[in-house]
Amino acid sequence: MSDAVSALAGAAYEGYCQVSDAGLTGMVTIRGDLGAAKVKAAVKKATGVALPGQGAIVAAKGRKLAWMSPDELLLFCGYDEAPGLTAALTEALAGQHALVANVSDARVVLRVTGTQAREVIAKLTPADVSPGAFGPGQMRRTRLQQVAAGFHMPDETSFEVIAFRSVADYVFTLLSNAARPGGEVGLFDG
Amino acid sequence: MSTRLESLGRLIDRSQPMTFTFNGRSFKGYAGDTLASALLGADQMMLGRSFKYHRPRGAVASGAEEPNALVGLGQGGRFEPDQRATTTEIFPGLVAKSQNHWPSLEYDIGAVNSLFARFLPAGFYYKTFMAPPAAWKTVFEPFIRQSAGLGAVPEEPDADRYEHLYHHADVAVVGGGVAGLAAAKAAAATGVKVLLLEQSAHWGGRAPVDGGEIDGMAAEDWVSASVAELEAAPNVTMRLRMQGFGVYDHGYLIAHERVGDHAPGEAAPRHRLWRIRAGRIVTATGALERPLAFAGNDVPGVMLASAMRDYLVNWGVAIGRRVVVVTNNDDAYRTALAFKSAGLDVAAVLDARASVISPLAQAAREAGISVLEGRGIGAVKGRNRVSGVLAVRQQGDGGAGEEIACDAVAMSGGWSPVVHLWSHCGGKLLWDEADAMFRPDPARAPSGADGAGFVLTAGSASGALTLAGGLADAHAAGKAAGRAMGGKASRKAAPKAGAEASQPIAPVWIMPEGAGPAKRAKMWLDFQNDVKVSDVQLAAREGYQSVEHTKRYTTLGMATDQGKLSNINGLAVLSQALSQPIPATGTTTFRPPYTPVSFGAIAGEAAGELFQPVRQTPIHAWHEAHHAHWEPVGHWRRPYAYLRGTETPADAVTREVVNTRENVGLLDASTLGKIVVKGPDAGRFLDMLYTGMMSTLPVGKCRYGLMCNENGFLIDDGVVARLDDDTWLCHTTTGGADRIHAHMEEWLQTEWWDWRVYTANLTEQYAQIAVVGPKARAVLEALGGMDVSREALPFMTWAEGELGGFPVRLFRISFSGELSYEIAVPASMGQALWDRLWQAGQTRGIMPYGTETLHVLRAEKGFIMIGDETDGTVIPQDLGLNWAISKKKDDYLGKRAQSRSFMASEDRWRLVGLETLDGSVIPDGAYVVAEGRNANGQRNMQGRVTSTYYSPTLKRGIAMGLVAHGPERMGEVVTIPTIGGPAIKAKIVDPVFYDKEGAKQDV
Repeated sequence: MSDAVSALAGAAYEGYCQVSDAGLTGMVTIRGDLGAAKVKAAVKKATGVALPGQGAIVAAKGRKLAWMSPDELLLFCGYDEAPGLTAALTEALAGQHALVANVSDARVVLRVTGTQAREVIAKLTPADVSPGAFGPGQMRRTRLQQVAAGFHMPDETSFEVIAFRSVADYVFTLLSNAARPGGEVGLFDG
Repeated sequence: MSTRLESLGRLIDRSQPMTFTFNGRSFKGYAGDTLASALLGADQMMLGRSFKYHRPRGAVASGAEEPNALVGLGQGGRFEPDQRATTTEIFPGLVAKSQNHWPSLEYDIGAVNSLFARFLPAGFYYKTFMAPPAAWKTVFEPFIRQSAGLGAVPEEPDADRYEHLYHHADVAVVGGGVAGLAAAKAAAATGVKVLLLEQSAHWGGRAPVDGGEIDGMAAEDWVSASVAELEAAPNVTMRLRMQGFGVYDHGYLIAHERVGDHAPGEAAPRHRLWRIRAGRIVTATGALERPLAFAGNDVPGVMLASAMRDYLVNWGVAIGRRVVVVTNNDDAYRTALAFKSAGLDVAAVLDARASVISPLAQAAREAGISVLEGRGIGAVKGRNRVSGVLAVRQQGDGGAGEEIACDAVAMSGGWSPVVHLWSHCGGKLLWDEADAMFRPDPARAPSGADGAGFVLTAGSASGALTLAGGLADAHAAGKAAGRAMGGKASRKAAPKAGAEASQPIAPVWIMPEGAGPAKRAKMWLDFQNDVKVSDVQLAAREGYQSVEHTKRYTTLGMATDQGKLSNINGLAVLSQALSQPIPATGTTTFRPPYTPVSFGAIAGEAAGELFQPVRQTPIHAWHEAHHAHWEPVGHWRRPYAYLRGTETPADAVTREVVNTRENVGLLDASTLGKIVVKGPDAGRFLDMLYTGMMSTLPVGKCRYGLMCNENGFLIDDGVVARLDDDTWLCHTTTGGADRIHAHMEEWLQTEWWDWRVYTANLTEQYAQIAVVGPKARAVLEALGGMDVSREALPFMTWAEGELGGFPVRLFRISFSGELSYEIAVPASMGQALWDRLWQAGQTRGIMPYGTETLHVLRAEKGFIMIGDETDGTVIPQDLGLNWAISKKKDDYLGKRAQSRSFMASEDRWRLVGLETLDGSVIPDGAYVVAEGRNANGQRNMQGRVTSTYYSPTLKRGIAMGLVAHGPERMGEVVTIPTIGGPAIKAKIVDPVFYDKEGAKQDV
């Protein structure tokens, strides 16, 4: 798999927050009836991660499982283990009505870090990312200005942003521009 | 003359002088000055000329409502026209120039317009349109173009940057005067999240100028204490220099923050647009003073009484040394008293009311000011500058009176609550007879999803014009907003101010009330657009009754100030002219924005490289390095052709086509849509979506499919591959990927919600590379790892495996008529695979080809292209695609529509090939004409050209088109007119020009 390269090739920007390419990340879409006990058990067994509730993301064993819709989950894992996990999930869900697809290459993951990270994201998304309204453990599907995106907060001062691969450059430039020095709003200072 | 005093000036810092230029002249001001206060402080009274008559004009106001003092600000990439001097904070090096004059502000040719005023009546434009058309083009249009518009258009791209910010608050309070502060405090006390914004650079609004005591403190001290209290509150966000300019449904408030205007530079965004979602919006937007309509009320030196007081108290600028105050209400006495106590002369207060004994009037009398009752102004003396007024009886015709020398006139026609934000989303108004003003009707608030009003008004914006009344009202509004948002009960008391006794206003719409036509033609209502009392009265005589029509006919209130000073006076004059009460006339519609917003702020970051996202395939950079001539395809950029040396795109296409037919070509097909459809009902689902049968497609095989909408029209096409028992992979067109995925989801979620089918759009998961041409197999064999022979992988099959070490899915499909493989590989490996194929093809004459070659190749084969052969009105049967429509199925989307009489008609235009007799290429979009003309005198049509190219393979022009009875007319010659050239003769032929048997792709 040494031929695989991330769309942003390790790009990084240092503004009043840092924006960086998170590199190749394994991502697996799981569609199924999330209320069905057998589906839950199969997913738990194949991934080792408990199922997230609505709007949540759960981390375990270096993997994360995010709630995307009432019948969709997104698994984050190592890029190299994604094909294997896709196969394992497909196997575990055999007999259930479900769809498992490796989407690691369809998307990019970027990181925004810094004490003002919430503010940088707030310049681009209509979602409420103020403390209290959003925080670690939550997953949000939304948009960043003109493109679809999702994000969650690994900790209080960072975001992981997921976007489609084809607009990786746009999203990186967009986040970097929002983090340009001089643009500090001071919104979440207090 | 207007001068800077040594005392007063609470907003300026005399220790920080600043220089700036106006019309090339250097001026001095102080930190805290506005451009208007600094210019007025230097006796620069005349600041511009009016739009229509080029009348000399000075500032009439001190804030956002200013109609006259508009300037061109900045230079080069930072130049912006029509900026209000009254809200522009000065900074060192500011450059401003006045507008709408030539050659100079002082001497202006356009001022002759005023001599022709009677030829420029209300409705001038409309009346001009009635003239002969020739006169419009040669006379009126050049004249109007020359005189239209106030400021100059910037000539350079904007040098600044802008951004948006999304914000969420329980309660947003617009306006940071004492009412806004009181409302914010009351709302914050309930514990909810509060946003407080103020348009100017200072908290407190008018109260520090107007005086009064709040909670036992001077107003200014109460403001400071309140600001400190709010700043310390963790649930309150406060912003200065931010205008809440528009209220929309669902508590959506948009605000314009001027981040860098007062300190231009590269680092900060110049403006920031706040897109706020608020549970409740409290508008503490204050009130605006109305001018009085008397002859000569536009002469520089005539100013709103409150503005004159602002300049004096806030910036230490005396507009005149000897002032006449003219009023119909008590408030203007504050200006008289302020001037008197600053040691300036107040020549007289002319009060239109017959008898005035209010405490403020008594205070004026006690201060030695002469109060003349029942008086008004009959005429203003002076042209570029006030030199005196004629004091007349308000109830007379203004013929005789007493001349009073003065150098400034402070006028007050009463106050109008700023109801704009309340009204934007449908809040209704009522006419308050006692205070002669429209004010919000709390019973008819704009309502949100919960049915409750989501906008509340506070203070004078509610019509509570006294300090005590306004504070009580604002406190109640803030508390109610907080409680409505789930805030806790609060015992916080409302701020207290002493009650003031006052005498009611006497409505005065024309001064004096019996003024004749000559005087009425000098009474300005709309200063910026030069609309006078006489214009509105003329409109009424000409039959205009609706205030909205009158506005457009006269242009009253249509200038950049949106009639902040003129609308109420104008509709009152209209009401009088129509002999109806003011509420019967009503107001014009209040629309956002309340004050002008820069285009930059609206665009936000979406400029330059962020203007629009450009979608890139994993091989994008390689294309760029190999001189791709780009073509936008949706948001993607795809290579149209790869230019070598001095090639034109057409040269390159010819080379690429020939090479692909003779050797091998490489196409980046990654943009093609790839949607996985899986589930027990997936086959049934696809049978409904496609016209053909997909449920019977064997695993490992591919089938071409057509998709129609429920009206029968063809919407997409592509190859479907069966991946396993319950999984299919549907290829869509590039532009169809998202649309078709949404189409699938819509049917699954709305109509067939009980069918067990999941879809996933995997378009971007794979790079897809087409290797096309007679030598394609050799290239793949050079990579090795998979048997790509005809036997192992026949035409219209697919296989999964490792090709040259890459995990791929290999499709034997062809859109070119040649031996062709499409290789899907995880996108992150797309470039690496492309490189390997490129290397492997070097000895076999490999060349990349672009979208135009793809088009030529498919057109030579007679393959249709969605968007060329289809346009939303074409059904598969029109295109001779009946073979792709299953006869075995009971139903599919579009089947019923296609059976309707006009869809099944033999008379529909149908697909044929067109071969020009002289070998030339038919222009794009050409029509095939029939004999005769239609009722409109146009040529009758019998068809249209849908695709037309030069075919390097056949070395002639080829085309496809839809022609009436086309397939039955093989060999017939038809006529295709061109624009400005001779008509082209073309023979109707089979649309497949190349390899009719399909032998070349199946090898």
